[in-house]
Amino acid sequence: MLKSENILVIDDEQVILDAVSRIATAEGLDVDVDNSAKSALKKLSLKEYSLILCDILMPEMDGFMFLEKLQAQKITNPVIMITGFSTVENAVKSLFKGAIDFIPKPFTFEELKSHIHRGLQFYRLQKRIEELKTKDNSSASIPYVPCPPKYHRLGHLSWMNVEAEGIVKLGATNLFLETIRDLNKIELMNVDDLLIQGETCADFITDDDLIHHFLSPVGGRIIERNEKLFIDIKLLQKDPYFNGWIYKIIPENIEYDMKHLIPCASDRM
Amino acid sequence: MNIGQVITKISLKLILTVGAVTIAIISVYSYLSIQAQRNELLSQAEVYANKLSETIRNSTHLSMLQNRSDQTHRIINTIAQEPGLREIRIFNKEGRIMFSSQPEFIGGMVDKNAESCYACHTENEPLEKLPMEERMRIYQAPKDSSRILGIINPIYNESSCWEAECHVHPKEQKVLGVLDVKVSLKDVDAQISSSQSRSIIFAIIAIALLSLIIGIFVRKWVAEPVNELVTATEQVGSGNLNYVIKDLGVDELGLLAKSFNNMTQKLAEARMQLFQSDKMASLGRLAAGVAHEINNPLTAVLTYSSFLLKRIDNNPQLKEDLNVIVRETKRSREIVKSLLDFARQSIPKKSNADINEIINSALSVVENQLSLKQIKLEKNLDENLPQIKIDSNQMQQVFINLIVNASDAMNEKDGKISIISKIVNLSAYGTLQIKSAVCSKRHTLIDEELKIDSMPTIKLKVTSNGDEGYLNIDPIYGKSRDIYRLKIKNTANVQVSCTKCNISLISKDTFCPKCKSAIYSFEVPPQGMFEKCINPECDWQRWASVDEVGFRDFIEVKVSDTGCGISKENISKIFEPFYSTKGQKGTGLGLAVIWGIIDNHDGTINVESEINKGTTFTILLPVTGTL
Repeated sequence: MLKSENILVIDDEQVILDAVSRIATAEGLDVDVDNSAKSALKKLSLKEYSLILCDILMPEMDGFMFLEKLQAQKITNPVIMITGFSTVENAVKSLFKGAIDFIPKPFTFEELKSHIHRGLQFYRLQKRIEELKTKDNSSASIPYVPCPPKYHRLGHLSWMNVEAEGIVKLGATNLFLETIRDLNKIELMNVDDLLIQGETCADFITDDDLIHHFLSPVGGRIIERNEKLFIDIKLLQKDPYFNGWIYKIIPENIEYDMKHLIPCASDRM
Repeated sequence: MNIGQVITKISLKLILTVGAVTIAIISVYSYLSIQAQRNELLSQAEVYANKLSETIRNSTHLSMLQNRSDQTHRIINTIAQEPGLREIRIFNKEGRIMFSSQPEFIGGMVDKNAESCYACHTENEPLEKLPMEERMRIYQAPKDSSRILGIINPIYNESSCWEAECHVHPKEQKVLGVLDVKVSLKDVDAQISSSQSRSIIFAIIAIALLSLIIGIFVRKWVAEPVNELVTATEQVGSGNLNYVIKDLGVDELGLLAKSFNNMTQKLAEARMQLFQSDKMASLGRLAAGVAHEINNPLTAVLTYSSFLLKRIDNNPQLKEDLNVIVRETKRSREIVKSLLDFARQSIPKKSNADINEIINSALSVVENQLSLKQIKLEKNLDENLPQIKIDSNQMQQVFINLIVNASDAMNEKDGKISIISKIVNLSAYGTLQIKSAVCSKRHTLIDEELKIDSMPTIKLKVTSNGDEGYLNIDPIYGKSRDIYRLKIKNTANVQVSCTKCNISLISKDTFCPKCKSAIYSFEVPPQGMFEKCINPECDWQRWASVDEVGFRDFIEVKVSDTGCGISKENISKIFEPFYSTKGQKGTGLGLAVIWGIIDNHDGTINVESEINKGTTFTILLPVTGTL
C-alpha cells in the first residue's frame, strides 16, 4: 500500500477504534481515530483522507447524518460504513446515501482487510478520474464502465435488471471488479438458495488470498447461476453487464428492494 | 347498579301485571258464575212454589165449592207439613184471612200495602191478572231470619163457583180471593252461599297458583339469565374478557348471551393482538439493542484473534488454540445474527419453500436434544405438499420452538412427539381475506386506518337521502361485520362510490337476490369482482372467482406430544408474551413469537391439550397461487 494513504476511523466504541487502527497500522496505513462524527467532520475540513470508516449507530450524529454532511460539504472521499447486523436495511440505505461499502459487525481481520483494500482501490480510481478531468483529455476513457441505463445498482457493488416478468438477473459492477483487480476464484451459492438484499451472495477470491464478499442487490430465490464463470473467470471482468452475469433469481419483494437501488440512468446525467 | 334491584324490578313488574290481569279475569268469571247459579236456584224455588200453590188451589177447589171449610183447613194443614213451607193462607177480596196453616191468623185482616198485596194493589184499582214473575216476592220478614219466597195465586170466579149451592159468590165478581203461599228460602240460600264460597276459594287458589307458576318461570326464564348477563357485563367491565356466559338456551336471552360471548371473545382476541404486537415491537427493540451491544466486544475478540492467527506461523499449538477462539467467536456471531432475525420477524422474507424440508431441517437442529431425553419421534409427512410462499428461517424457528416445547413438556423418558403434515381443503367463505380492492378507475379502496380483527377494511363513500358518510367492509369474505358510519334509510335510493374519484360502484339492473336491494361491486385484483348487498340487514355477497374455486387448500401441520398438557386456565394465555410455565428455564417468548410469525404468513395456529395426556399444536398455512 502506498505510504501517502491514510484512513479515518469513526466509532463511539473505543475497542473498535483500537482494533481497526491496530490492523490498519499493521497494513502500513496512517490511521486517525475519532469517537464522534461531529469532531471527525472538523478533522475532515483540515485534512484529506484516502478512506473513512464510520459506524452507523452513534449518539449525537449517526452515520446517515454524517453522510449527508459530507455531501453538503462536497467531500467525496470514499466512506465505508460499519454496521451491526440489526441494520442490514440501514446498511443498504447507507449505500443509497453515498457510502461505497459497508462492513457488518463483528468482522474478522481478513474481512476488514479486504474492505480497506477495496476502499483504497476505489480512492485511487477516483484520483485517476480527477486527473483525467483536470488534463481535459476527452479522448482518454474513464477507467471503468458504468452499468447500462436500464439497470439498477446497489451502491457501487452490484447491479440488477428485470429480464422478464418475475425474473431478475444480477451481477457485479465493473467498478466493484476494478476495486478487486486480481480475481482468482469465485464461490457461488446454489440454485434454490435464498438471497437477501445487502447480504453476501458470492465470494470473490483474489491472488493475494483476500476474500471479497459480494452483496446481493435484491432478495429472492436463485433459479440459475452462470456456470460459464467457473470455466472462464475473466468473463466477469470482460463483460460484467451481459455475459458476465452471476445469478438469475425470482425476486420476492422487488418493490421494497427497489427503493434502496440507484437507477443507472442517473449516472449519465 | 344493584343487580338485585334490577331483577326484582323486572320480575316484580311481570308478576304484578300478570297477577292483576288474572285477578280481574277470575273475579269477573266467578261473579258471573255465582250470579248464574243463584238465578238458577231461585227460579227452581219459584217453579216449586208456583206448582205447590197451583196444587193447593186445585186440591181445595172442591171443598170450597162444597163450602166445607174444615176440609179446606185440613188440606192446607196437611200440605203445610211439607218442610220449607212457612205458611199457606187464603184471604178473601176484602183481605180477611179465611184459611191459614197458622190458625192464630184466621179472621185477621191483611194490610193491602203489605208485600203480598203490593203487586196488585199499587194502583188504586186492583189488577185482576198477573204474570207469574210479578206474583212472586222475596223478602226477609224479621231482618235476621232467612229469606222467604212468597207467591200469591188469585182465585178467580168460575162458573162452578157462582152455580154452586152455597151461592156465596155472585157472578159479577172476578177475583174471589187470594191464595198466598210462603216458602222458606233457607236451603236455597244455604246452597247459594256454599257455591259462592266455593267459587271464591277456587278463584283465590287459581290466582295464587298462577302467580306462583308465573313467579317460578319468570325467575327461571328472566331473572336468572338477566342475573347471569349482568354478572357477565360486570366481569367484562372490570376487565375479565375470559368470562363466558353458560348456555342460556335458544330464546332471545340465550341468543343475547351467545352474541355477548362472541363479542367478548372478539374483544379478547383484539386485545391480545394489540398486546402481542406491542410486546413484539418492544422485544424487537430490546433484542436489537442487546445484539448491537454484544457486537462491539465480539468485533474486538474476532479482529484481534484473527489478526493474531495470521501472524503466527511457527507455533502450531498456539495457532490451533487461536483457531478455536476465532471459530467460536464466529459461532457467537451466528447466534447474534439469528437472535436479530428472530427479532426482525415483522418483515418476513417470503419465497417458495417446501414445508417438509423446513420441518426436517428443524428436526436436525433438535435431534440431539430428543435422543438425549430418549424421546421417540414419529414423522408422517405428506410428500405431495405444494411449495408455499413462506419465510423459511422464521418457519424453521416455529418448528424448532414447538418441538423443543414438546420435549420440555415430557418428564418421563418414553415420551413421543409426532409431526404430521398434510393438505386440507377449507371453504374460502368465512376465511379468505380481501387484501386489495380498487374502483373502476383503479383507485385503491383499502383503509389501513380502520381495521377489523387488525385487518385493513375496504372503505366506500355512501350517500343516502342527501347524507354523506362512509362504509367500511369486513375484509373476510362471508363475514359481515361491516361498519356503517351512516344510517341507510332507504335501500333503493343509495349511492355507493369511490372515496377518491366518486365513481359509482352501484351495479345497474342487478339487485340482491335475497332482499331486492341495490348491490355494489368493486374489483379485487387479481381475483375478480366482489359484489355485496347495500342493505345493512342483509348479508348477501358474492365473490364469483372465489366461489368457483369453492374451497381453498391449506397445509396443515400438527405437532403433538404425550407430555404433561396445559390446563384450561393456562391455554388461553400461552400465546401471550412473557407467559411461561418453565419458570427460570424459559423466557416466555417462544409461543408469542410463533404466533406472530404464523400471523405474518396469513396462517392460524391453534392448540388443544389435555392434562397428562399431551398437547397438539395445529398450524394452517394457506397455499397461495390456487386462486
